Amino acid sequence: MTNQDTWPELPGYTDDILNKVFSHFQQWLNADLEGVETEDGREHLRIKWLGRKSGLLKQINDTYVQKTPPEFKKNVGHRFNAFRQSVEFELDPKKISKRTGIAVETLEQLGGGQSKKVVEKSVIDITLPGIRPALGVEHPLIRTMQEIVRVFEHMGYSVGVGPEVETDYYNFEALNFPPDHPARDTQDTLVVAHQEHKPLRDRLLLRTHTSPVQIRTMERQPPPVRIVIPGKVHRNDAADATHSPIFHQVEGLCVDENITFSDLKGTLDHAMKELFGSSVRTRFFPSFFPFTEPSADVQISCIFCGGKGCRKCKHSGWIELLGCGMVNPAVFEFVRGKQPAYDPKKISGFAFGMGVDRIAMMKYGISDIGLLYSGDMRFLEQFA
Amino acid sequence: MKILSAWLRSYLPDIEISDRQLADDLTLRGIAVEGVFDLGPGNGSLFEMDITTNRVDAMNHYGIAREAAAIYDIPLAPLDASLPAAKPARQSFPVRIEAKDLCGRFTARVLRNVNIAPSSGDVTQRFALLEQKVISNAVDATNFVTMAIGHPTHAFDLDKLEGGIVVRRARSGERLKLLDGTERTLTIEDLVVADEKKALALAGVMGGWDTMITPETKNILVEAAWFDPAAVRRSSRRHGLHTDASHRFERGADFAAAPIASALVSRLILAAGGEIEGELIDVIVPEMAARTIQRPAISLHLREVARILGKTANGHAIDAPTVERYLTALGVGMQKAAAEMYVAALPSWRLDLEHEIDLIEEIARLHGYNRFANTLPPFAGSVTELPWAAKDTALRRTLRAAGYTEAIGSTFCSATEAVTFAQQPNSWVPLGNPLSEEVGCLRPSLVPGMLSMLAHNLNREVDDLRLFEMGTIFSGGTERVQERPSLVVGATGTAIAPHPLATMRDYSFYDLKGIAEELLARFVTKSIYFDTFPASTGLMPSWLHSGRAARMVADGETIGFFGELAAPESQSRKLRQTVFVGEFDLERLFRRSLRAPIVRELSRFPAVVRDFSFTFSDAIRWQQIADALTLLAIPEMRSVEPREIFRDKKEASGQYALLLRAVFQAQDRTLRLEELHDWARRIFAALMELGGQPRFPLELL
Ligand SMILES: [Zn+2]
Repeated sequence: MTNQDTWPELPGYTDDILNKVFSHFQQWLNADLEGVETEDGREHLRIKWLGRKSGLLKQINDTYVQKTPPEFKKNVGHRFNAFRQSVEFELDPKKISKRTGIAVETLEQLGGGQSKKVVEKSVIDITLPGIRPALGVEHPLIRTMQEIVRVFEHMGYSVGVGPEVETDYYNFEALNFPPDHPARDTQDTLVVAHQEHKPLRDRLLLRTHTSPVQIRTMERQPPPVRIVIPGKVHRNDAADATHSPIFHQVEGLCVDENITFSDLKGTLDHAMKELFGSSVRTRFFPSFFPFTEPSADVQISCIFCGGKGCRKCKHSGWIELLGCGMVNPAVFEFVRGKQPAYDPKKISGFAFGMGVDRIAMMKYGISDIGLLYSGDMRFLEQFA
Repeated sequence: MKILSAWLRSYLPDIEISDRQLADDLTLRGIAVEGVFDLGPGNGSLFEMDITTNRVDAMNHYGIAREAAAIYDIPLAPLDASLPAAKPARQSFPVRIEAKDLCGRFTARVLRNVNIAPSSGDVTQRFALLEQKVISNAVDATNFVTMAIGHPTHAFDLDKLEGGIVVRRARSGERLKLLDGTERTLTIEDLVVADEKKALALAGVMGGWDTMITPETKNILVEAAWFDPAAVRRSSRRHGLHTDASHRFERGADFAAAPIASALVSRLILAAGGEIEGELIDVIVPEMAARTIQRPAISLHLREVARILGKTANGHAIDAPTVERYLTALGVGMQKAAAEMYVAALPSWRLDLEHEIDLIEEIARLHGYNRFANTLPPFAGSVTELPWAAKDTALRRTLRAAGYTEAIGSTFCSATEAVTFAQQPNSWVPLGNPLSEEVGCLRPSLVPGMLSMLAHNLNREVDDLRLFEMGTIFSGGTERVQERPSLVVGATGTAIAPHPLATMRDYSFYDLKGIAEELLARFVTKSIYFDTFPASTGLMPSWLHSGRAARMVADGETIGFFGELAAPESQSRKLRQTVFVGEFDLERLFRRSLRAPIVRELSRFPAVVRDFSFTFSDAIRWQQIADALTLLAIPEMRSVEPREIFRDKKEASGQYALLLRAVFQAQDRTLRLEELHDWARRIFAALMELGGQPRFPLELL
């Protein structure tokens, strides 16, 4: 038992000191409670501790709390409050009852010696919403792009990237676009200002596809090449629900000896199954791109209806997803100047590309491409 | 393009397939039928086609019929181009090609005493199904033949001509009134069909007004020619005239088809009366013929077919008879030159076929892509990730864990924004053909885009925001554009999600600084500091509040700037609450390697906490205090941090009270009271050196 009626010094306001002081008073209170046996004795104690004018609580408040420098008030204050509640709980439960709405009987049932924390805990409104930590959300385009890239990484593809501002040479010429191809028209391509004095091939523009990276990669490294190229591209398209001047692509390139059209088919069929589920089927149609030959458009069986036909696939059972083809020998000829190993008689390859925006829009049911570039939280938080 | 199945069938006597099956089979061979519409009993179907630009030969009925014949291995009916015998002419009609580089062939046929009347027969019936307007037999005939075989022709009122035909470059400033009623001023790059006096038509694009067929026309000159694709494209584009004729000529018409087209048109006109005068005038430029109709045959190796296409679904490469059958059906002359090799003569209507690979594509196409096997190529290489992929991921993960959502903003900004946010003056990059003024430049910073996105949300009553974007920024001007990876972080509103039992707090500078520190903490750095400069120095970005922004420096390199958005920026964007934004140079940040966790031994001995309470003048910054304590070099001082700062709210005293907490711990022993006391004394001295006033005497510790 401690010397109950002493008033400890308060040499500072560190947690240690404060804890020491308040545990002294708690022990004092405990000792008083132990000694009481009658209701009268209890009433005496109530006045001793809770008396309005000169109760011990009032004195503790005057002696310590009131004199605390402001910066420590918080620390001292909450310890004092905790102690006050503990005194009230033992000696005047009605007071707590009044403040909290908890029946006196309940408090009495909880019994003396129980700390007030238990009481508080036992009565919280657990139906109030939780305090949720704010979690950041991955952007649906980044997520989709990474999903696609991961599928190809598992198939042995390395990741390649390149500049968003390209020369006409890398964006068009080396990809076998003839000089007057409509895609080169400024109606389709955004160009950097003041390029007129340069030769056509050196003029700067915003790449319209990530295909220039294919050329840059081949110029840098001899075959075999397996790369997948995610990236942002731009076209001179006015924005509407399905068009945006900004969009994203993932392209791929595989070059080696003996790469065949059936390898292209098998690779994309496998990748689409990895991406959309093993029941997905693919269908290839002849198409035309200057940099591939043969060229193909690829459809997958509708991921929503499994091919039976629904609104999402316009009742066809199929969704168009990819463009691809065997690398045109003319493209290898452009690269050969820097990497002689790209002899189209000895090596072959295939390339493919897909629109990330379109895939994300289809997968998540996004009806307006502009939402992807709006930073709208109401839209983005749905991807949490 | 609209195609009638009945018209196709007129060229395919043996076809037994339904229209729908035909449409599917064509589509799978790259002749895409986008829609099939039933035209009622006996009329067959209308196919809505989407033909790729390289296949101008298939932009007509006969060309598509040829594809069908090849697919089903059935005969394609020859065209009937026979004509009644011509009345002899006194002298043949004079035709001269002056622009030999732009016009490869010009045929002219004179029809006398024709009767300009409404069309009849196949023309009216098929035009009705195609909802094509009928005009008169002569005009309809040229349109009909274009739809039938794809070769544009033109009919002149012969009596309006002054002298023979001259195909020449226009004279600079020469004027020509076209069929659409517009008068055009020509340049020397335009090719015209003229007589000796004047231009009659813009070659390959549109006929002229003055020589058009009228109900009074008695004598006609039928033109069927071949014009250089590039010349037609240039004229068509320069004059903004995209016509059915120019569409076909600029993609490469059939050099050999001119006489046939002329005959077919003439037959249709003569059906209503009239006669041919003289033989067909056919002027050919040999150099152009060499480039088209007489271009050399190419060799096709079966080994190459297998090397490129691989295996079909039955496990074998495509065999020789199949190759031969497909290409022959497409009009390629197949000559076996060696055991595994053909010499292939190319059809005049397929200028897109030039190389061996083009023939290989035709083989794959006709076979049907889906009848090839799905194989996976063997792979023995290794996968390399981008050098900074892991760093990218680390930043994204850190930001998301801290509650920041990734956004993707515009690549563009206005010229005003470019000036404000460019890191160096005059380094921004304007576009030559922007969609509008507001998006006239490539972004020199991710900040304007972030501000737009924050504003977008605030304008929609979404007030608590934490966003980030990682992307490319552009500088260097228009000669050499430089690209740098950048990161922007933007936030506004409350720092803690609102809850009735949680204490609300507004997002502050220190929240953003915490993120900056957290990002930097992913990387290995030797030294880090934050500083700031007065607005007058120009060393801080003007878009930041000069008193509430900082620069982050790692190993002597500026990594980024962050803080409260400057009031003028905030006002001009009508942001109704304080916004915090920071941009970080990822190129610089990524020069550092990612920090790999290395675990330190945990001490088995107790830690001792000591609090120090001092009053300081406002002039003393935390960094000075921290530096002073670091200089003490007490290895056992595990941490020292500011716990509470108190400023008198009522009166500005120029002072603040600081409670700082130090934790001491040794790896090898329990700390002794004397050494703790010694350290406390040194800390007291260091703090008093900075002008700090202790609030409690040292002895009380
Ligand atoms: Zn469906």
